[in-house]
Amino acid sequence: MTTILKISAESLEALFAALGDSGRRILGPTETDGRVDLGEVQTPAQVADAHLQLTLSAKEAVFPRVERLLSYKTMPGKVELNDAEPDIQPTVLFGLRPCEASGFGSLDSVFNWDSRDKFFNARVEQMTVVGLSCTQADDACFCTSVGGGPGSTKGSDLLLTPLADGHYLVEILTAKGEEIQALAPHLFQPAVNEDKEALLAKLEPHFDREALTAKLPGLFTSELWAEQSLRCVGCGACAFVCPTCACFDIQEEADTKEGQRLRCWDSCGLRQFTLHASGHNPRSAQAERWRQRIYHKFSYFPQRFGEAMCVGCGKCTRACPVDMNLKEHLTQACGT
Amino acid sequence: MAERNIYLPYLMRIAKITDEAPAVKTFRLEFINPEEAANFEFHTGQFGMYTAFGEGESTFCIASSPTRKGYIECTFRAVGRVTSALATKEEGDVIGFRGPCGNLFPLEQWRGRNLLFIAGGIALPPLRSVIWNCLDQRDWFEKITVVYGARSVADLVYKHELQDWEARPDIDLVVTVDPGGETADWKGKVGFVPHVVEQLAPPSENTVAIVCGPPVMIRFTLPLLEKLGFTPDSVYTTLENRMKCGHGKCGRCNTGTSFICKDGPVYTLAQLRELPAEY
Repeated sequence: MTTILKISAESLEALFAALGDSGRRILGPTETDGRVDLGEVQTPAQVADAHLQLTLSAKEAVFPRVERLLSYKTMPGKVELNDAEPDIQPTVLFGLRPCEASGFGSLDSVFNWDSRDKFFNARVEQMTVVGLSCTQADDACFCTSVGGGPGSTKGSDLLLTPLADGHYLVEILTAKGEEIQALAPHLFQPAVNEDKEALLAKLEPHFDREALTAKLPGLFTSELWAEQSLRCVGCGACAFVCPTCACFDIQEEADTKEGQRLRCWDSCGLRQFTLHASGHNPRSAQAERWRQRIYHKFSYFPQRFGEAMCVGCGKCTRACPVDMNLKEHLTQACGT
Repeated sequence: MAERNIYLPYLMRIAKITDEAPAVKTFRLEFINPEEAANFEFHTGQFGMYTAFGEGESTFCIASSPTRKGYIECTFRAVGRVTSALATKEEGDVIGFRGPCGNLFPLEQWRGRNLLFIAGGIALPPLRSVIWNCLDQRDWFEKITVVYGARSVADLVYKHELQDWEARPDIDLVVTVDPGGETADWKGKVGFVPHVVEQLAPPSENTVAIVCGPPVMIRFTLPLLEKLGFTPDSVYTTLENRMKCGHGKCGRCNTGTSFICKDGPVYTLAQLRELPAEY
């Protein structure tokens, strides 16, 4: 059962101190030269003001760009193999947008749908998500088209919504959220008659995700994908900024005596992703790779897990060097 | 409670190396840890990730049969970085193995039926596992026929086993090489696999066809089997897309709604028709 409270800006500062005293690291959006990245913060003042979105995404908190999976030493006739343990500490992700927070659910589906990924799980276990509702949206945003919303609680342990009087509305959503409140219960006040909806950004849905999912199997051989991807340069930026893209590569870093195996972000938009050793490539054209991106997120993934592998954050659109716009491309597919 | 690291391979010692064909070798691998050896189980059709420490992992099938315990075998061609490194290994060296991954050939469902195996080139190894398994449970099946072709006599793999199969009365073996690939003393057939199958015209009644080979062989063989009356659910094949994780996570082998590493690599022709041809 969700508990709804209120916290003042001053009390929030005290809560940050309490979180620090409890041994938790706080990561929040910090701004450097126009980029907004997750950085370690001690006070709310260090959190980027009025940021719309992280430039990359919060997925790196649970799925780092590069992560060691194992290491080894090689000797004549012998190999000493060592398991890797992720270096983690209790962490509060503060001020994540609801779209970012809901992305963790998609990642969980990927990393645990069959066998369990201990690296991902160890990080999630130590993580508490404090979401921050959106009071503004830009043209790339389309969370409401894929089942999310500017005040969605999905994926947050605790969600803050800025109130007009400088306070924050606090929704305590999970046991982890309750632990945060329990650190300093006196900092929270009762919230009476606050209209959360009225405070949120207004964002009309652009397309119906379920209709799109139903439509895609019939569009597989459509010219649409070639048309849309004609200007795609196959850089993979869309996947790297995406909160739900989980495709990865496994690479070896070694010399003749020792080595380590690393997991690195990868993208289905890159040619090498599917290239066989024989030279054969099942998705040799960029159009096929663009189609894979769309189909994985909006057809295959929903068929397996019941929801889109997209949170409508629009980061891919903002990052694209050739201005491909996911919201528009999906709207176009719906109307085809 | 710490979770198991699904990316950690078993350490395996190379017990035996067989040179099969130019750049093609078979490793017999034994577990270094006896506990792992005792607990290891797999089914025919499954595959694994093989590590050349210092270079990385490469994916290929388990070419031996689960009926033969205590070891696994793999057969590979030195093509890329990892397989080239594996090819330099010697008996006694240690490599890694992660698996088994994927689904299996449903031998139970094939009981009482005829089996027709059709393999081309380096694609015999995955079927060799099934053939061994079926021969070790010979009374489950009626007639067993194997059609195997390679570019040249030198490129045929498992040459000694082919002789053994040839000598067995309970298996019909047809070996062919592509035109121009024969030697002066070649006694087998000369011709592409689909042509040989066409001449052979195996009856489809109560028969399962198991086909594995290069795309061009598959492309010409499948329509032929349909012409012979094989239904799409009685034709099986095994796919091998590029893979990294083997757990349906890294995304590479994703083809339609299927992860070849989890939902495959074994598919019936009927199932393949439901997938985009991205393999």
